[in-house]
Amino acid sequence: MSEAQTASTSGQAAGSARQAGTAGVKRGMAEMLKGGVIMDVVTAEQARIAEDAGAVAVMALERVPADIRAQGGVARMSDPDMISEIIEAVSIPVMAKARIGHFVEAQVLQALGVDYVDESEVLTPADPHHHIDKRSFTVPFVCGATNLGEALRRIAEGAAMIRSKGEAGTGEVSNAVVHMRTIRADIGRLSALPAEELYAAAKELRAPVELVEEVARLGRLPVVLFTAGGIATPADAALMMQLGADGVFVGSGIFKSGDPARRARAIVEATTMYNDPDLLVKVSRGLGEAMVGINVTELPATARYADRGW
Amino acid sequence: MSDPRIGILALQGDVREHARALVAAGARPVEVRREAELDEVDGLVLPGGESTTIGRLLRVFGLLEPLRAKVAAGLPVFGSCAGMILLARDVVDGRPDQPLIGGLDMVVRRNAFGRQVDSFEADLDVVGVPGPPVHAVFIRAPWVDKAGDAVEVLARVAEAPVAVRQGPLLATAFHPELTGDFRVHRLFVDIVRSSPSVADRR
Repeated sequence: MSEAQTASTSGQAAGSARQAGTAGVKRGMAEMLKGGVIMDVVTAEQARIAEDAGAVAVMALERVPADIRAQGGVARMSDPDMISEIIEAVSIPVMAKARIGHFVEAQVLQALGVDYVDESEVLTPADPHHHIDKRSFTVPFVCGATNLGEALRRIAEGAAMIRSKGEAGTGEVSNAVVHMRTIRADIGRLSALPAEELYAAAKELRAPVELVEEVARLGRLPVVLFTAGGIATPADAALMMQLGADGVFVGSGIFKSGDPARRARAIVEATTMYNDPDLLVKVSRGLGEAMVGINVTELPATARYADRGW
Repeated sequence: MSDPRIGILALQGDVREHARALVAAGARPVEVRREAELDEVDGLVLPGGESTTIGRLLRVFGLLEPLRAKVAAGLPVFGSCAGMILLARDVVDGRPDQPLIGGLDMVVRRNAFGRQVDSFEADLDVVGVPGPPVHAVFIRAPWVDKAGDAVEVLARVAEAPVAVRQGPLLATAFHPELTGDFRVHRLFVDIVRSSPSVADRR
C-alpha cells in the first residue's frame, strides 16, 4: 500500500462536516433507482423473491392494494416488526408507506431506518387538508401525483421523488397511462410558454413560481418521476417506460399472479429493455396467470385512491 | 483525436447524469445495453444504481463475460458507487451470488456508511483533481475495505478509501455525476484519451 500511504496525506476529507438529509442525497437516492422496478411485499419471503428477481427496492406494507380494496377497513402504516424483518431479509433499499398527512407514522418509519417513505393515497388519509412537511425529515419521501400541479405541490413540501398515481390494486393500467400523459403534457405546455406567462401558469397549477420556472427550463420535473398503479405485465411496464417514466412501482401485480418469481424477473427485464419488442416477446412467454384485476371504470368514486391527495 | 466515444452501461441507474457529465468533460456518451455496443466505445462508465440489480442484468443479457474480457484487454472504465462495487474483486455485505466484473484489486464493503438516513455530502481532496475540494455526494455508499499494492487511493473519508485508481480503471464511492462539478469525469476522459482508441485497438 505504498502508493496508498503517499496518497493519504493529500486525500483526506477536507475538514468540512458531513451533511445528512440534504436535498442532494434525498433526490440523488431516487436517481439511483432509475430504470428499475420497486415491488410491494408483505413478508420477508416475498422481499427475498423480489431481491432475487432484480428489484431495485421493495415497498414493505401489510396488505397489497388489491387486498386493501377487497377487505376494506382503515389502511395504516405497517407493523414495525414486519418492516424490521424485511429490512433484515434483504440488502436492497426498503421503502414503507405512511398515511397522507400522518407525520408521526413518518417519524416512526424514519426511526425504523427505512430508506424512503411513501406518503401514499393507498392508505386511508389522516389529514383531509395537509400533506406532511417532508422538508423537516432526514429520510426522503416519494408522493403520488395525477398532474403537474399536484406533483409540484408535493415537491414544494419536500418530496424527493414523484410517482404517477394510476389506480392501485386494480391491475388495470389505464389510469397510470392517463396520469403519466397528463404530467408530460402539462410539462410540454409550460416549456412552450414565454417567461412572463409562467406566473399565471403557476397560479393555475397552484404551485410555486420558482418550481414552475425550473420545470419550464428543464423540460421535466426536478426530481425522478416513476409510475405506479395498475402495472401487471412486462408489456405494461415497458408501455409506461416508453411513455416517459423513469422507473416502475409494481404493487399487487406480482404477488397476486400465478408465478410471482418469474413475473417479477420478467417485469425487471422488460423495464430495462423497454424499447426491444423481441426481448419483450421472450420475457412475456409462460408467465402463468396475471392478477385478475378490476376495470377502473367499474369503480365507484369513493373507491378511487387517485382522488386522495390535495 | 476527436472527442472519445464513451459508453455508459444503461441497464439501470443514473445514466442521464453521467451522460451530461461526459458531454461537459469533452466526450461523446453512448448508451450500452448489448455486447455489440461494447465494441464501439473507447471507454465505459458504470453508473450509480443498485449493484445487485445491475449485476443480475449483466448476467441475463450476456454482458458479464464480454465486459470482463474488455477490462482484461485494457478498456478504461469508471465506476461510481454501484459501479465501484462492480469493479471490485470481492464484496462484503453483498448477496452471495452477486456477479462482479472485477479488474480493481480491492474488496469493497457495500452500504458501508449505513442506510439512506446516513447518506451525506462532504468536501474531499481528490488526488489528480486540481483546484478546490470536490463536493462529494455519498448515497448508501460503499468504501474500500482492502486494496492491493497496485491500487492508488485518491481520496478517503476518515480512514476509508472512497476513490481509487488502478491503471485505466477509476472508481469512486461517491457520485461526481450529481453535482455539476465534472472534474472527476475530466480525469476519466484524460485516462481514455491516453489509452489506445477503438480504432487503434483494431
